[in-house]
Amino acid sequence: MAKKNDTNTWSLSPAPESTSHIRIDKKYDLFIDGKFTPPQSKKYFKTINPATEEVLAEIADANEKDVDRAVKAARKAYTNVWSKMEPKERAKYIFRIARLLQERAREFAVIESMDGGKPIRESRDFDVPTAAAHFFYHAGWADKLEYAFPAKKPKSIGVVGQIIPWNFPLLMASWKIAPALAAGNTVVLKPAETTSLTALKLAELIRDSGIPDGVVNIITGAGETGKALVEHPDIDKIAFTGSTAVGKMIQRSLAGTNKKLTLELGGKAANIIFEDAALDQAVEGIINGIFFNQGHVCCAGSRVFVQESVVDAVTRRLEHRMNSLIIGDPLDKNTDIGAINSKGQLETVNKYLELGQKEGFEMFQAGNEPPKKGFWCKPTLFKNVAQSSIISKEEIFGPVLVMQTFRTIDEVIDKANNTPYGLSAGVWTDKGSKIFNLTSRLKAGVVWANTFNKFDPTSPFGGYKESGFGREGGIQGLSAYLKFD
Amino acid sequence: MELKLRHKPIDQVGIEERCARFKTRSIKTDAKMQGLKMALSMIDLTTLEGKDTAGKVRQMCYKAMHLHDELPGLPTVAAVCVYPEMVASARKYLGSSGVKIASVATAFPSGQTNLDIKLADTKQAIDAGADEIDMVISRGKFLQGDYNFVFDEISSIKEACGNKRLKVILETGELGDLENVALASRLAIDAGADFIKTSTGKIQPAATMEVTLVMLEVIRDYYFETGKMVGMKPAGGISNSKLALHYLIMLKETLGDAWLTNEWFRFGASSLANDLLKQLVKQTTGVYQSGNYFALD
Repeated sequence: MAKKNDTNTWSLSPAPESTSHIRIDKKYDLFIDGKFTPPQSKKYFKTINPATEEVLAEIADANEKDVDRAVKAARKAYTNVWSKMEPKERAKYIFRIARLLQERAREFAVIESMDGGKPIRESRDFDVPTAAAHFFYHAGWADKLEYAFPAKKPKSIGVVGQIIPWNFPLLMASWKIAPALAAGNTVVLKPAETTSLTALKLAELIRDSGIPDGVVNIITGAGETGKALVEHPDIDKIAFTGSTAVGKMIQRSLAGTNKKLTLELGGKAANIIFEDAALDQAVEGIINGIFFNQGHVCCAGSRVFVQESVVDAVTRRLEHRMNSLIIGDPLDKNTDIGAINSKGQLETVNKYLELGQKEGFEMFQAGNEPPKKGFWCKPTLFKNVAQSSIISKEEIFGPVLVMQTFRTIDEVIDKANNTPYGLSAGVWTDKGSKIFNLTSRLKAGVVWANTFNKFDPTSPFGGYKESGFGREGGIQGLSAYLKFD
Repeated sequence: MELKLRHKPIDQVGIEERCARFKTRSIKTDAKMQGLKMALSMIDLTTLEGKDTAGKVRQMCYKAMHLHDELPGLPTVAAVCVYPEMVASARKYLGSSGVKIASVATAFPSGQTNLDIKLADTKQAIDAGADEIDMVISRGKFLQGDYNFVFDEISSIKEACGNKRLKVILETGELGDLENVALASRLAIDAGADFIKTSTGKIQPAATMEVTLVMLEVIRDYYFETGKMVGMKPAGGISNSKLALHYLIMLKETLGDAWLTNEWFRFGASSLANDLLKQLVKQTTGVYQSGNYFALD
């Protein structure tokens, strides 16, 4: 910030995480009934590294017949093995998966960053450890379901179809698989087509755990594959995490069937900064809220509301902090902002950047120049945005923050709730009573106070309104994989 | 004078998280070499003991100027830091080396005496040739809420310092919480401090990253408001290179590159120098050498 003095600049040297210890096959088949088998479609698609646009591997494209094979394998495993197994035996396999994941943490972190573009600091310190934590947590529940739901006679549901997004590929797979297995169900899981690799590595790991064949099946493909899974008649439940548009399609398609459904969809969270907040920590919370994982986070704090009396102070600190963010190679240990997950997503984000400027709002971008190749978006702030602007209404799903101001508590609550979404929110104030006032009045599944983007397997996560229904994590999340008498 | 003083809310948990984030920065190869040398050049090599003598000071001053002659191209430390009684010796031995002399004053480390004695203490150090004065604030008065007293005392010492730079030691280990640290920092800056400093080294905890971050953020706030730079000196407890480099990362990301010089940042430390030297030799030769190869002063 102060006067530039060329004699004392200090830049960090590259510090890339090594890739020598990982193995990515040229081609990946479908994981069905405990084995990798080629797709009946005979088709494969390429998965690329979004930071370099280099092809990493070819991935099998599952068609309806493949989906049918996977569901049949899951049904057979459910009927013959998994539903009859002693719960404490089930737990052993889940514990084993958790431990294997910890042992191979580095490998998973590196592949997650290569395939998805997220900084290695995040995949190493957040994605992989949290994924392992979910397996550990749910393993503990497997033989205690009667205690979790006393006098309700919990029973497994059957075969569960699970469709997950590309923003936290391994973590979302773990969120889905761990509770399903603990509750005694078998699984057919489909990762997003841009980020299949860690799910397939997880398939290898699950196979190595010795879990009976067919209990977990992982099939790859795009929307058509997902549609076939949703519409398969022998599925008992669908769990979906992804966009609200696709969630609505799934709900329509399941109408009139007996299939259970949980949806975890989009969001446009309000992150509310009061004048009495610890402002520097609030700024850090704004940064974590929107720039974590390039803003590819359904609960991202993408709308920041700042009380008018401190808007200048907050803006100046925020811009200053944004200038210290490092954008670049996701495998570099110092990278704060990695690559945008796909070309398509970059186009979406860029469309909103243009729109915001066209709407007439002041745009601030920070950080160093990103690399030439690959998909990149600098951390971006739109200032003094209006509630009625498109960029403050629609989910951008990128490192783009829109800032609005407010004057009173009632005003900010009205504005925060004035959205079709309701996944998360943040409140920053030094006053405890204000926090409790807001947490009870904000229509959001998660409200963080003086922090943001904190996750734990013991804590339920999920939304209001068009952000979906059903919870993941905690006892509440477990119950979504059970039926009760 | 009337002071408009207000505690700035600070969230301890948030501060700790931010500090943990600085520690994830990976400092390698060229950046590490540059960082180690920079840290070396920012040291106030310190001896503040009852048993200090001219002989001890002579040896420390030689070390300040010749950190490790086996390794060419090293900077000197920024300053030596001694009691007023030792300033004359330091002046004699340092000559025209450019290494500055910092002297603690104002009834260091407790500050439990009256202003006249504190002023005399300061004057003695300056008359003997000190370039910088490290004063302590009256923590008792501060905790009583007598901020005007603390402010006036600092400004009186500042006046006595004339054109010598004044570092104000807050002794954060006695202030109780981070909000008090921020308040004392701002008070010291408003009263004329050129530098704010965490600790005397006589009280635990001495410097921590958390406390230093809070103080850096106050310096940044003041810079935003006035455009004036203030220096920072964490002192005590920073004894290894890795930690020192993380402090520099914190400095860079909180205040910017302009502060990355011994004009605006100092480490109050004695054992840090040898660890930095050990790492520098390792970076240069590829192997670690035993502690016996690095002189103890």
